[in-house]
Amino acid sequence: MSRDLSLFRFPLVGPAAWAVITYLYLPIVVLVALSFNAGDSALSGWNGFSLRWYAAVAEDHDMLRALANSLIVASVATTAGTAVAVLAALGTSGARFRRQSAFEAMIGLPLIVPDVVAAIAMLLLFVALGLPLGLASLMLAHTVFAVPVAYLPIQARLQGLDPSLGEAAADLGAGPATSFRRIVLPLIWPGIVAGAMLAFIGSLGDVVVSYFVSGPGATTLPVYVFSMVRMGITPAVNAVSTLLVAVSVTLLLISYLLGRRFR
Amino acid sequence: MIAAGRRLSLIGPAILVIGVLLVVPLALMAYVSTLQRGDDGGVIWNLHTADAYVQFLYERDLFDQLALNSDYIRIFLRSITLSAVTAVVTLALAFPTALWMAFQPENRRPLLLLVVTVPFWTNLLVRNYAWVLMLRNGGFVDWVCQHVGLASAPIDILYTPVATGIGLVYSFLPFMILPIYVSMEKIDRRYIEAAYDLGADRWRAIRRVILPLSIPGIVGGLILVFVPCLGAFVSPELLGGAKSMMIGSLIQQQFGQARNWPFGSALAFVLLGLILVALWLHAVRFRRASSAQP
Repeated sequence: MSRDLSLFRFPLVGPAAWAVITYLYLPIVVLVALSFNAGDSALSGWNGFSLRWYAAVAEDHDMLRALANSLIVASVATTAGTAVAVLAALGTSGARFRRQSAFEAMIGLPLIVPDVVAAIAMLLLFVALGLPLGLASLMLAHTVFAVPVAYLPIQARLQGLDPSLGEAAADLGAGPATSFRRIVLPLIWPGIVAGAMLAFIGSLGDVVVSYFVSGPGATTLPVYVFSMVRMGITPAVNAVSTLLVAVSVTLLLISYLLGRRFR
Repeated sequence: MIAAGRRLSLIGPAILVIGVLLVVPLALMAYVSTLQRGDDGGVIWNLHTADAYVQFLYERDLFDQLALNSDYIRIFLRSITLSAVTAVVTLALAFPTALWMAFQPENRRPLLLLVVTVPFWTNLLVRNYAWVLMLRNGGFVDWVCQHVGLASAPIDILYTPVATGIGLVYSFLPFMILPIYVSMEKIDRRYIEAAYDLGADRWRAIRRVILPLSIPGIVGGLILVFVPCLGAFVSPELLGGAKSMMIGSLIQQQFGQARNWPFGSALAFVLLGLILVALWLHAVRFRRASSAQP
């Protein structure tokens, strides 16, 4: 049945929504535009188009090392966190079980505890255990946050799965391993990809936790940018920030398009 | 049907990771908050004292007497106020946005969802830094205000609580739009048509039908904004000034310059307590609301 959509249009709501969307994008657009500004200071007005600050980023070895650290940490944390999340999602699928809500509360805990609190708590643990702060501590900390972020889309995907598919596979003689590999995995794959990408973006963007648990030699890119911004702003910050925006947007678009293709 | 043993082997790794790396550390943090601070920073692991909690309320004056000190309470109250204001402002911005999105043609909605999600997944630090560029003297906002004649002199917003508020609203707006959108999308369109049939105009349909049915999303959004705001670190650090410190920065300071781990842990613990109270109130309210509806 087709509905008269005009019944659901409300006065002023459309313009208000467009104003909010503009508000969401305006700062990002201004940032991206300023990253191409030729001027010597982030404070100066428009001095013409230039890629010089991107060149400056490419030559800043500390920054490149921070970028490499970020990518290594995000890759490891995403892989570990997603693997744990897939198992957890499989474990919570199907009939409800005892203490399910307690388990779900626990898996959501990293999203509830403020990052400042989680960060200092982990810092205390690493210090108490005598674990040196560095890439390893960063990977562990980021994995904790990757688990719930990856769990939610995977679990949503599993919930939409028709249980009779597994039964049909079993009827046709597939063992649990075959049934998982040939039936379940391909069907939840978009959820896994989406979850992994969100975990990756989250790890790549994290400032607070990394700020506390990274040692002196293991700065991540956001922590590096954070200290750059606080010490005094050079236009190179605009360039590297724009690159970070580009990475998130690209990953999100891939995740969106994959989701559409598999739907 | 999954057997209990197999289930445990599936969810076990998650329990292990979050248990060892988050639950145990939180317990350790609670423990550290009861310890004596070491002379060179750090803590003395087996010397217990309530110093950290006493320091939250009192300070020692010149004569070694305890005097009530409201500095830290003020920072907590400022954080709570700023978080509440942020939650209300995001609600005011998110409600029309979600309303508009939810009543767009069905095939356009996923794209709109993507449009509001992109800023949400864009690096938090970058988004707040972008506001530094917007709000600074000679920045975008200043430039626009002077060119349209709203201001005659450079305006000073950066490094004030207002700037922190702008950063917080901006950071958490998608947290408000998404849950409200989800509740509104679920509303049976026939209710609205029935309201029209009964003589309601559009405003009345919004007020009497759509608004009450979106309450779960609104309450969820308020919680999703208020709770992370309380512990926010990036926006206050980049956009706020020294005079508008929030809890997150205070905690960081105790672990950084002040090197007072027990006090930092106590502050973090109080913050966590505040958040649990907020969540508990939400749960109580929600349970009552759902039991009221048969």
